[in-house]
Amino acid sequence: MFPEALHISIREPINDLVQSIVVNYGFVFKAISQVILKAILLFEWVLRGLPWWVVFAAFLVLTWASCRKPGMVAFVAVLLFAVGAFGLWDLTMQTLALMLISTVIAVVIGIPIGIWLAKSQLMRRVTLPLLDIMQTMPSFVYLIPAIMLFGLGKVPAVLATIIYAVPPLIRLTDLGIRQVDGEVVEAATAFGGSPRQILFGVELPLATPTIMAGLNQTIMMALSMVVVASMIGARGLGEQVLNGIQTLDVGKGLEAGIGIVILAIVLDRITQGFGQSAQKGRTNE
Amino acid sequence: MSEIEIRNVFKIFGADTRTALAMARDGADKSAILAKTGCSVGLNDVSLRIPPGRVFVIMGLSGSGKSTLVRHINRLIEPTSGEILVDGRNVLGLSAPELRDFRKSRVSMVFQSFGLMPHRSVLQNVIYGQRVRGLSRAEAEPIGMKWIETVGLTGYENKYPFQLSGGMKQRVGLARALAANTDIILMDEAFSALDPLIRGEMQDQLIQLEHDLAKTIVFITHDLDEALRIGAEIAILKDGKLVQVGTPHEILTSPANNYVARFVERRSLQGGEQHG
Repeated sequence: MFPEALHISIREPINDLVQSIVVNYGFVFKAISQVILKAILLFEWVLRGLPWWVVFAAFLVLTWASCRKPGMVAFVAVLLFAVGAFGLWDLTMQTLALMLISTVIAVVIGIPIGIWLAKSQLMRRVTLPLLDIMQTMPSFVYLIPAIMLFGLGKVPAVLATIIYAVPPLIRLTDLGIRQVDGEVVEAATAFGGSPRQILFGVELPLATPTIMAGLNQTIMMALSMVVVASMIGARGLGEQVLNGIQTLDVGKGLEAGIGIVILAIVLDRITQGFGQSAQKGRTNE
Repeated sequence: MSEIEIRNVFKIFGADTRTALAMARDGADKSAILAKTGCSVGLNDVSLRIPPGRVFVIMGLSGSGKSTLVRHINRLIEPTSGEILVDGRNVLGLSAPELRDFRKSRVSMVFQSFGLMPHRSVLQNVIYGQRVRGLSRAEAEPIGMKWIETVGLTGYENKYPFQLSGGMKQRVGLARALAANTDIILMDEAFSALDPLIRGEMQDQLIQLEHDLAKTIVFITHDLDEALRIGAEIAILKDGKLVQVGTPHEILTSPANNYVARFVERRSLQGGEQHG
């Protein structure tokens, strides 16, 4: 046995800290919560409010825009049709809304941080271990304080999803920018490009395929969080899976599970398609 | 036309540049400084006057500091100590926006592995200098087309760099430098990546351009034949130190030391043939 005298516990101080934050700054979190909730409700209102065939058609158009392969469009059509046929359309739209808002926030946070990492050695040294922690820490550990601060429901679900899903986007944005050919950046500098012109005109466009790969990873990881998120009150496909498990209704769980997989495949193909078309004609050198 | 003056430039790479600089000033050699401080000496007390309107060649083997030296002229690299004057104005005294202005309007550059932007067409690459200067696409494109024609790439303006051969890519690099309309062009081993035949062609074209445009061209090469062919004056660098400066005739007839003499000998053995 490890000697008892050497035991230290961070349990009490952490609990006290969270407690006092909840008591003293609860209003701040309530305000943040309100903003995020409004955004989620807006996304849901659009996706669930529109007739199914409009969303269906929008997906097909996006697929076509991303890869220009008729076969892929047909494949996506069949998959989405299956979702509707299983009676999962509305649940899928709820899940999609949660995912989209998580992804949008992840992009808004992740890409600038990724750029910062690429530019600053110090920032990279501080952030990379933090990203490791974010990816390996069991999500329930930060779900508990998230619930205490933001209450049950969609908002903590979105926040937990972001924490879990944003690291690959940060990493790959950083990687993409650092991989840009040094001589091209040097040439842009030599012709008098400002840091801003070089970032937006050279580095980001050349890093786009890598950043798209990061976005793809982020979306996939966000999807893998939907079941966990349903445990704290997020609706959608995850809730259905959870329901299936709780009532030993294997069929119901599987149907919803298939819905999640289909959503993953569709979003994966679309983002990969955009990534590949960004790569075409550039790096064939 | 611009005159460039480089005064007592030292460039030390490493952590403890102060000790290394003091040692270099006292005349310690490169390996002794590396052993003592862990710093590598890139340039060791280089002073050079580059006259306007000519092709000035800086020659040396790899590691001699020639690429480092040329990057001091547009301050892509900051010297550890020393001064760089262009038309009497100290480049090192420029603020960040002034430096960008200086790069836009006074000095352009051609790179060994071209440095073309793979996501932009030939025309968009050529007018990059004009675009960062703030010209609209419509204003810049005619200028770009003119220089694309000059370097013989008409018809390729909407192609992308990956669709071109090495020689064509470097013509794009050259057109980009010319389109920037600066009076100084730095060429860092610009033709070294090209095969001998294309290389000869490009050298002819450069001589012709220099003749027509009267620009100050600083040309870096490791090849004595190339240096003799295009240079009005040649500076030879070894281990970051200037070994000799002179006209091609002076280099050939009175090499300053063994090092230069060996270069010249090698050349006469080959009968003046081009070698890659």
